[in-house]
Amino acid sequence: MNTVVTAVELAYWQQTAIRSVAALVAVLIPAGTLVYLYLFKMMSFMQSRLGPMEAGPYGSLQLLAEVGKFLQKEDLIPRAADRVVFKAAPFVVLVSTFLLVLVLPAGPDLWFINVDTGVFLALAVSSISVIGILMAGWGSASKYSLLGGLRAAGQLVAYELPLVLAVMGVVIQAGTLNVQEIVLAQANGEIFGWGAIGNPFVITQFLGFAIFLVAVQAELTQPPFDMPVAESEIVAGYLTEYSGMRFLLFFIGEFATAGIFAALAATFFLGGWYVPGLDPASDLFNLIGPLVLLTKIVLVSFLIFWFRFTYPRFREDQLQQLAWKVLIPLALANIVVTGVLKVVF
Amino acid sequence: MPAFPGLPGLITGLGVTLRTLVRTITKGAHTVQYPRVKEAPTTRARGVIALHEENCTACMLCARECPDWCIYIEGHKYKAPPRRPGGKPRQKNALDRFDIDYALCMYCGICVDVCPFEALFWSPEFEFSEPKIADLLHDKARLSQWMETVPEFEDYEAGSEAKKPEVPR
Repeated sequence: MNTVVTAVELAYWQQTAIRSVAALVAVLIPAGTLVYLYLFKMMSFMQSRLGPMEAGPYGSLQLLAEVGKFLQKEDLIPRAADRVVFKAAPFVVLVSTFLLVLVLPAGPDLWFINVDTGVFLALAVSSISVIGILMAGWGSASKYSLLGGLRAAGQLVAYELPLVLAVMGVVIQAGTLNVQEIVLAQANGEIFGWGAIGNPFVITQFLGFAIFLVAVQAELTQPPFDMPVAESEIVAGYLTEYSGMRFLLFFIGEFATAGIFAALAATFFLGGWYVPGLDPASDLFNLIGPLVLLTKIVLVSFLIFWFRFTYPRFREDQLQQLAWKVLIPLALANIVVTGVLKVVF
Repeated sequence: MPAFPGLPGLITGLGVTLRTLVRTITKGAHTVQYPRVKEAPTTRARGVIALHEENCTACMLCARECPDWCIYIEGHKYKAPPRRPGGKPRQKNALDRFDIDYALCMYCGICVDVCPFEALFWSPEFEFSEPKIADLLHDKARLSQWMETVPEFEDYEAGSEAKKPEVPR
């Protein structure tokens, strides 16, 4: 199983360098794909227009043009802003995204860190972005930013719970917190003795999958849960005072996080890098695993962005009600049922 | 509003966006790629204001009514020869300057409505942007050129008593 990787011995700093580059690629490739495929194209098609068509074939280089545009813009900092906090905030959000990618395996030997508490780590570091958003809201010295930041904090805390609880069903069923082993549990699983497609947990944990997607939608603060950046009432929430490079970082962070949450959903519920019909231990998966994972990311984020481009915004109280009165009880019931069934079978 | 929004409505909404997505991919979008493909504007579209110089008496009504004060008119009076021999010479107004600053114009059309002598007309031409803002000031000659692009008035609806105005050529 380790033949490919152990063929070359690398010093620690070399491994670290490779991992850093790989993490950068793993964050930016899905983010770029999602921005082009969904934000530029699918959203336009759903509104009966073509979207960007001029930069590159079918507008495929539009994202580069946008990045170039943002880099040219002036990096404004409000005079009353807390400069250090204001400047650091986008990086804190981005760090949360980059830490999140570490737990994702893309093949039997393709992982950044393989720890027994992978799920716990993932859900813990995903909460760091709340701090970054609060920093952005507070540091901007603007009432819109402050309102947006507080709304975001309330929303992210509320939806972190269903997110965690939805994954608990998967953890109970797989019997491990190790992300790699969750993938293997799905690959080697059987549904009532029939193991042709393994056991992707989306079948047995469909409720968990649905709750996870709704919670992800809220975690990304995108419609229908975009109260924190509701442009018609608080300009752009915590993003109001940001411009140029720092706005770009928030923008990349948003879509990179969308990609990584989609990857988490794909790993927890759709079998991660595994495709049915092949031996999960084969070296082939070290080659095609990333592509399989990317395909599943694109599939899951199709759902995420489909919801985003369809639904209007929730009111703040409805948003909290949905989390506390509907999603959390449902997720708890899901855990109870999963636990009972796990013991019975 | 119930605590949980209606599920059927949510699914209908998803269906609408998905159908639009599929229709745009298979049958094309409702929009056109403007500089390459051009849609003909409707015949009475408010593109640019054309001036029929001969009809203008420099009465200044348009300049006074213009909310943006973007019409500049200068004229002088002169004595025209009498119609009949032995009559008094007639006083007439000559139009020296008639400029519309399209950098200020908001295309409200009040000048066209208010003109009592049918000297101003809407033309559907809209492609007259300029690299320099000063070039958006169209003078008498330029405004007269737009007259060629003014379409004939559409027929009034059946049974209308009003006489359809003619576009002077």
